Amino acid sequence: MDLKELYQEIILDHGKNPRNKKKCDGFNKDAKGNNPLCGDKVHVFLKLNDEKQVEDISFEGEGCAISIASASIMTEIVKGKDYNVAKKILENFINMLKEGSKPSINSLSDNENTTIMSLSGVKQFPMRVKCATLAWHTFLHAAEDNKKVVNTEK
Amino acid sequence: MDIKEIKSKFPIFSNKVKGKKLVYLDSANSSQKPKVVIDRISNFYSKEFSNVGRSMHSLAVTATNRFEETRDLIKNFINAKFREEIVFTKNATEGINLIASTYGEKFIQDKDEIIITELEHHANYVPWHFLRKKKGAVIKFAECDKQGEVNIDSIKKLITTKTKLIAVTHVSNVTGTILPLNKIIDLAKTKKIPVLIDGCQGASHLKLDVQKLDCDFYVMSCHKMYGPTGVGVLYAKKKWLDELPPYQGGGGMIDEVKKDDISFPESPTKFEAGTLQTAEIVGFAESIRFIENIGIKNITQHEKEITEYGLEILKKNNSVSIIGDPKERSAILSFTIKGIHPHDIATILDDDGVAIRAGHHCCQILHEKMGIPATARASLGIYNSKEDIDILNESINKCNKIFNN
Repeated sequence: MDLKELYQEIILDHGKNPRNKKKCDGFNKDAKGNNPLCGDKVHVFLKLNDEKQVEDISFEGEGCAISIASASIMTEIVKGKDYNVAKKILENFINMLKEGSKPSINSLSDNENTTIMSLSGVKQFPMRVKCATLAWHTFLHAAEDNKKVVNTEK
Repeated sequence: MDIKEIKSKFPIFSNKVKGKKLVYLDSANSSQKPKVVIDRISNFYSKEFSNVGRSMHSLAVTATNRFEETRDLIKNFINAKFREEIVFTKNATEGINLIASTYGEKFIQDKDEIIITELEHHANYVPWHFLRKKKGAVIKFAECDKQGEVNIDSIKKLITTKTKLIAVTHVSNVTGTILPLNKIIDLAKTKKIPVLIDGCQGASHLKLDVQKLDCDFYVMSCHKMYGPTGVGVLYAKKKWLDELPPYQGGGGMIDEVKKDDISFPESPTKFEAGTLQTAEIVGFAESIRFIENIGIKNITQHEKEITEYGLEILKKNNSVSIIGDPKERSAILSFTIKGIHPHDIATILDDDGVAIRAGHHCCQILHEKMGIPATARASLGIYNSKEDIDILNESINKCNKIFNN
């Protein structure tokens, strides 16, 4: 287990300067995530257009560097993508953290791939996987109009 | 006092964590167990085990005697007047729930008031919330100030003719504040209001004399007292235990059972339904002996010394903010580091073998009051030394390095 793999520069940067951390204009869907044991909270705002494309996405919330960075990275990755593609990326991402499998998404640019891979080190810290997955699951709930508050501690 | 020698009695410290020496700073969460306690449980199961208080065979007699010996030891440890005032529970949480349920059933009516403080652990709030829902009770929070102190006046001003109970912690599990129990109980007595003390963070750190203290109820969790998990103690004045209805129903807590009615025995039997954590309760006797062999005053003194050293070192570290500044602090140091979330602190410290807790520590009311979602908490036990504080401080510096602070 290596701390450097967990706290990579990309993660520290997204943790300190999260992208899309606001309530985006014109959102038409939203969902909340809350991990009550550790206190991490996220609120995802999503603008999904008629073609089921993620036109805009943002989040608000508080939490550790991993959860904030992961939320920030999630918004960057899925913005502009078709919902079905975004969902596939999400599934791959979750598998990467839980099973250690490499995400094989053709739709990701090299840059996006590097960014998403920066979170792969979380797998070695099982207690922190829930931090990294919170915003992603919350995105899914928003898109599917699931009003249940997401909890990844269970 | 030779701390190295005392520490050597805890087998866990002979193991490495991630190849590092374990620096255990999470005793407020649960303390480690000395070998005598572990061995006692194992030996009891190997040589003496049987259910207690039920069968006539020799093993049952021995097991019952060992079990009841623990009750006597606890009675003496906290200086209760009668052994019947010691009720075994599964933990302090259950002790509070027992009182909320039984005292609540008999004495709490709509609009009756219960005073707690903003420092309370959820265990000393949620059970009262149930009474709020069930019976219409009103819960009032005595304010704590920035230092983490609960001033006696903040309790005084909440008392009305409707006040039916004051329930406060002995020591805050976040700020380490030792509450002015004598003042609180004196005040309550003048108004004839019973007082419950959540003693989770008090019992293995501070000298306890419930007769002198004159509280009505005092609850403890044995796993925080170098004892096994699954065992708690509720001390209650005999007059209350005589008056309160039973808590859970089941075997062992009955007097006579007929088809049309059931009668119940006296305390503690009335409150101890079903088979309890027999081996753990027997094992807990060794925890009390362990504490008494060192001497609770020596423990207090040692922990005070390490706490003060910790405060001195952490105050010198500019990145660290210590939560609360109470005049009387027990063995707890909660802190934040600028720009680093406590969970990230805990993960980085863990890499150095330093075990702390991060989060809201089951005190969301207090964290909201302080305007911080979470804190990192270092809490001490008899096995901690100044060296542990130094390692903690070095590890904090590593957090800053990783986060480029």
